[in-house]
Amino acid sequence: MSDKVSKKDAPKKSPVETAPKKTDIEDSNVDIASAIPDPEGRAPITLINVREGMFSGAGDTSGFGGLTQAVQMPGSSERPYGEWFDGVVDILEELLGDEADAAFEYIVVDRGELTIYVQRDHLLTVMTHLRDDQDLRFEFCLGVSGVHYPDDKGRELHAVYPMHSITHNRHVRIEVAVATEDPHMPSITSVYPANNWHERETWDFFGIIFDGHPSLARIEMPDDWVGHPQRKDYPLGGIPVEYKGATIPSPDTRRQYR
Amino acid sequence: MSPQTFSTHATGAFSADEDAPEYTAYGQDWSDIAEEAKRLGQQRIVVNMGPQHPSTHGVLRVMLEIEGETVTEARAGIGFLHTGIEKNMEYRTWTQGVTFCTRMDYVQSMFQEVVYCLGIEKLLGITDDIPERANVLRVLMMELTRIGSHLVAIGTGGNEMGATTVMTTAFIAREQTFRVIEMITGLRTNNAYIRPGGVSQDTPDGAVDYIRELMPDVKQRLDELADLQLENPIFKLRLKGIANLNLSSAMALGVTGPMLRSAGLPYDMRKTNPYCGYETYDFQVPTSTDEDAYSRVVLRMEECYESLKIIEQCCDRLDAMEGQPVMVADKKIAWPAQLALGPDGQGNSLDHIQHIMGQSMEALIHHFKLVTEGFPVPAGQVYQQIESPKGVLGVHLVSDGGTKPWRAHFRDPGFNHLQALSILCQGGQVADVVVAIATMDFVLGGVDR
Repeated sequence: MSDKVSKKDAPKKSPVETAPKKTDIEDSNVDIASAIPDPEGRAPITLINVREGMFSGAGDTSGFGGLTQAVQMPGSSERPYGEWFDGVVDILEELLGDEADAAFEYIVVDRGELTIYVQRDHLLTVMTHLRDDQDLRFEFCLGVSGVHYPDDKGRELHAVYPMHSITHNRHVRIEVAVATEDPHMPSITSVYPANNWHERETWDFFGIIFDGHPSLARIEMPDDWVGHPQRKDYPLGGIPVEYKGATIPSPDTRRQYR
Repeated sequence: MSPQTFSTHATGAFSADEDAPEYTAYGQDWSDIAEEAKRLGQQRIVVNMGPQHPSTHGVLRVMLEIEGETVTEARAGIGFLHTGIEKNMEYRTWTQGVTFCTRMDYVQSMFQEVVYCLGIEKLLGITDDIPERANVLRVLMMELTRIGSHLVAIGTGGNEMGATTVMTTAFIAREQTFRVIEMITGLRTNNAYIRPGGVSQDTPDGAVDYIRELMPDVKQRLDELADLQLENPIFKLRLKGIANLNLSSAMALGVTGPMLRSAGLPYDMRKTNPYCGYETYDFQVPTSTDEDAYSRVVLRMEECYESLKIIEQCCDRLDAMEGQPVMVADKKIAWPAQLALGPDGQGNSLDHIQHIMGQSMEALIHHFKLVTEGFPVPAGQVYQQIESPKGVLGVHLVSDGGTKPWRAHFRDPGFNHLQALSILCQGGQVADVVVAIATMDFVLGGVDR
């Protein structure tokens, strides 16, 4: 499935003859991803999207049809993280002990929010500490939101857990990335029972398999549905609409700005 | 698809017994079914309630296993109202997204608009640039909607218990809030009024006076509702000590809003993580320790009075801020025109159209680019949460630096609350299921999205 993703918009013939010829996108992905640091000079971690041209769909007449642009998530932050962020990371590192290096992939501070990228094998331990330690006390896990980054090879599927502490009035985001080929990560329902339905929803929409979930069945889509609708390679659907003789394509096939 | 095998049924199978007799109820035939079950010696009956049951607030399916009148197991099945709003939003500009998310929980539509716009503003880094008047208008709209949402919860709840007057009274009061909202936004509900950067338009002349004129009536209807219900012996018998949810269960299941406050935790996002300037308003957070259905109704009533207090303060501020902007100053984000009501009742801004069509080509280009392409939002992700009438409403937004969201995920409070249905219902009577559902207050449009 994923090998098709980056080519979902096949290269169009550029109207400008001198436009740079498109190289194999698989190679250019890697180059672009490592070549462009994020605006603050931090090393990039998540390749959100590789944008090609100015328009989707047929007929990019803008002259920018050959333009390829990699968009990165804000990169890993350096200490000090600021506010109370250092304290939380310190406590977590202390609790995890030797595990800490392997557990944390990246720590990102962006727009006043702390994101901890956790390696999936250590997710359950991290979550247990977040809930139980008196200096962390994240009572609420506000669900899990899946995100699909088809161009981020080997880390296509992300599960994002917004954690909220009532005791300390803090908000932390835990993020776990897995590959489409191996979309397994532990279920945290044993720590946060509230995530039961949320994990079912993320399985339903993204195909992330939460190991250890008591009943990981589809929740929003019918039981016999095929595919995971919120993935980027899953079409939006819709039919062309005719109005006064003209036909307007459905939103995902329509020519639109990138 | 995967090496694991999952339960094939969304809610799991109650019984693997192929020979279990099945009955279909068509209405008015319950005694026949009971008679037949008695003849066959069946003690344990599985009843399918919904999806099209009037007391399920949309299309919710509840599977009840009952023994006599006692519910031994209750499971909720959702998904009947899933419309793919989140997926659709990925194909529309950030501004267009407002018209989608407002339709999620259609009873508290303003709250989805606000949380979504606050999320976008955080992504853009313009949270502090939102004009004060826009924030006051947002608070005003949210509190009017909060009253409306609570009144729907109380009114339909009363109706489901057989008290039609409760519903009619509540809906009359809600209509008054809609009159104000319609005057200001042009629509009763699903307004698309809150926009990234501010609100879509300023109040028309006389709006504040109109609010001051109507709110006493809302208050009077609230008094009426309180008189009708709170000391009514039947009402108390049906609700007191019913559908209990204690604090630890509520915390474990992520239950928020009046449900959590009825269990004793005075937790309100407006106080703990203020947004839109809530820290400058004077209001209380009603709390109870009774953890039952009755206390939840009382809390919603009390919250309506608190909202009226906030609306009053909003009116004073609107008077003081007459003529101030309601949209962020950055012309690269702000919607290019405000609508004006024409003699035909249609919204359009003639001045603006004259300007872009007859005077300035640059203004036309600017308008065209902003409306068709939208504004780019720097890459990144944010989480924003606010206190909706039903509980904590969260939004997770991811931008790829483009003019459309890469991902928009809404955490509807009702989605979590429904997980608590089993705890609220099991061991109670069948009739208490309706009470539990009514006082949980969820809307399936928001749950399923």
